[in-house]
Amino acid sequence: MSNDLPKETLVGFWRDMHRIRAFERSAAYQSTLGKIYGALHSYEGQEACAVGVCAALQAGDYVASTHRGHGHSLAKGARMDRMMAELFGREDGYCRGKGGSLHIADFGCGMLGANGIVGAGYAIAAGAALTAKQSGSGRVAVCFFGDGAVTRGTFHEVMNMASLWKLPLLMVCENNGYAQYVSTTETMVFRSVADLAANYAVPGVHVDGNDIRGVFQATVAAVARARAGEGPTLLELRTERFNGHSSGDPQFYRSKAEVQELRRSRDPILRLEGELAGAGLLDDRDAILAAVEAEVTAAVAFADAAPYPAAEAVTQDVYA
Amino acid sequence: MREITVRDAIREAVMEEMQRSPGMIVMGEDIMPGAFGVHAGLGEMFPGRFLETPISEAAIVGTALGAAMTGGPVIAEIMYSDFLAVCMDEIVNQAAKIRYMTGGQARVPLVIRSPIGMTRGVAAQHSQSLEAWFAHIPGLRVAMPSTPADAKGLLKTALRGEDPVLFFEQKLLYGEKGPVPDGADHLVQLGTAHVAREGEDVTVVATGLMVSKALEAAVELQRSGISIEVVDPRTVSPIDFDTIYGSVDKTARLLVITEATLACSVASEIAASVAEHRFNSLDGPVRRLGSPFVPKPSTPTLEKLAYPGTDDILRIVREMVPRRTR
Ligand SMILES: Cc1ncc(C[n+]2csc(CCOP(=O)(O)OP(=O)(O)O)c2C)c(N)n1
Ligand SMILES: [Mg+2]
Repeated sequence: MSNDLPKETLVGFWRDMHRIRAFERSAAYQSTLGKIYGALHSYEGQEACAVGVCAALQAGDYVASTHRGHGHSLAKGARMDRMMAELFGREDGYCRGKGGSLHIADFGCGMLGANGIVGAGYAIAAGAALTAKQSGSGRVAVCFFGDGAVTRGTFHEVMNMASLWKLPLLMVCENNGYAQYVSTTETMVFRSVADLAANYAVPGVHVDGNDIRGVFQATVAAVARARAGEGPTLLELRTERFNGHSSGDPQFYRSKAEVQELRRSRDPILRLEGELAGAGLLDDRDAILAAVEAEVTAAVAFADAAPYPAAEAVTQDVYA
Repeated sequence: MREITVRDAIREAVMEEMQRSPGMIVMGEDIMPGAFGVHAGLGEMFPGRFLETPISEAAIVGTALGAAMTGGPVIAEIMYSDFLAVCMDEIVNQAAKIRYMTGGQARVPLVIRSPIGMTRGVAAQHSQSLEAWFAHIPGLRVAMPSTPADAKGLLKTALRGEDPVLFFEQKLLYGEKGPVPDGADHLVQLGTAHVAREGEDVTVVATGLMVSKALEAAVELQRSGISIEVVDPRTVSPIDFDTIYGSVDKTARLLVITEATLACSVASEIAASVAEHRFNSLDGPVRRLGSPFVPKPSTPTLEKLAYPGTDDILRIVREMVPRRTR
């Protein structure tokens, strides 16, 4: 194994990916118990994308997310207990239970929101990048989006504008090969999202999204470019969606064998774990797993104990 | 008469009209089996005529419009009606006005089918009832079926017409069963209301899911001696005012119910028209019931406060009817 990054960084990656997976599995289970009211879009399989990208960011940097946003929130610094409380629809959730999974946001850590509208994050992230640029704050903004979202017109509008204005923006495509129940090879003529960048005079970078080192390093370079005032970068992270599109998707469009093979050969957590263990760097394994488990258990207990919002809340926060 | 679900009634309408019009196409995201499974089994019957699209709503509706102007009929399916917000130019500035702007040259056999309204916990961007936006635009027609028979008959009529139609299907109604006439020529004209229940004391005008809530309330009210007449306009553009006025002439009281945010809703339009044209028939103020002026919250405890329910109907109707008539 190449000892490219310090041990603490790599072990931290492994732990943070685990946190996301443990959260997703717990949420899926709580959903089957009827504790979570709306649908969930699981991030399992894509953990290296959120963790690798967010590890290269500072606390003040911004992230705009998607319908599949739990991983982005956790990686950017949101607390697990308040996230679980949001999924449970409770007052102590990040959005007072009003947003649920689809709209989780924690502005305190720069997470500007999951989104129910595919492709809505581009321009919001570009706007955050614009503030950063105008104010000279040195912050950057990241827009996460799926491969399916590239066919929204706003992608092209924002790529042009962000390049024109040299905005400190990272456009991060998590290409998991699917948009809901359809393979995106059936809905897009271009085989590479990153290659589109050239049309907008922006660097486009292909990365294996399940190789967390690669994700991290590509993001570090893009962030440096953005902070230096050189403008946006388009990163395409090739990754995998281990579960259905959302809870309750029976996945008729792909075989069980395909999913099993992905889980076996493309798991970003197992991949890093194998490398770390091989190099003898994972001596704390059991302690880390126990700590993550304890955090999840505490998050569920917190959510369970939190009250539902009072009736008055329904009319609050419509306006300032 | 046989009973089928709203979902199957829509599927039959699509199938029969595909058979009738060889030029008809259907396009949208995840088109097989389509939003809420409406197209299940139809792909094999009509190869090449169900077009899987990218996530590109503006291009979906825009190309559907261009295809309708030069061929058609065309169905554009938009997975949730909230997403119509991203293709409003194609609907409002293009499809709605092209016939008028070109002095009647354009024909637009275009139907935009889209699920509408409440369902569990999906929050502010997947629950809205936006029919008033479209009812406000000259050139568009807006259908909101509440039964399987109306869903089938209205959709078939829409597909045989030459005007762009927004066809809104309430998500909780897809699985509801009801009688549907046999035969490929069951049509329901747009702009014809249906009296879903006759009554004497109060006219209740309701659309979509609210029709079933009004009918539920009617049974309960009957027990306390109040008889309501439930009128379902079936389309909110055009609105069959004659039927509504006729009912108000009989009952002298009107409650209009909508699932949409009440402010500037179709219910407001109906209430205003009755107040304007039937003032002398009325024994009391026109009442309205709709959703409060808030986005839809996700959590169940707040969600139920964000929609009108049967209890609200019971309360308002009881307020409207003086004690002596009970
Ligand atoms: C404008 C809009 N169109 C359609 C949808 C419905 N929808 C939700 S997620 C999704 C697929 C998105 O695919 P992708 O962008 O690849 O993200 P992934 O689910 O793979 O993470 C679709 C079509 C939506 N929410 N918004
Ligand atoms: Mg995808």
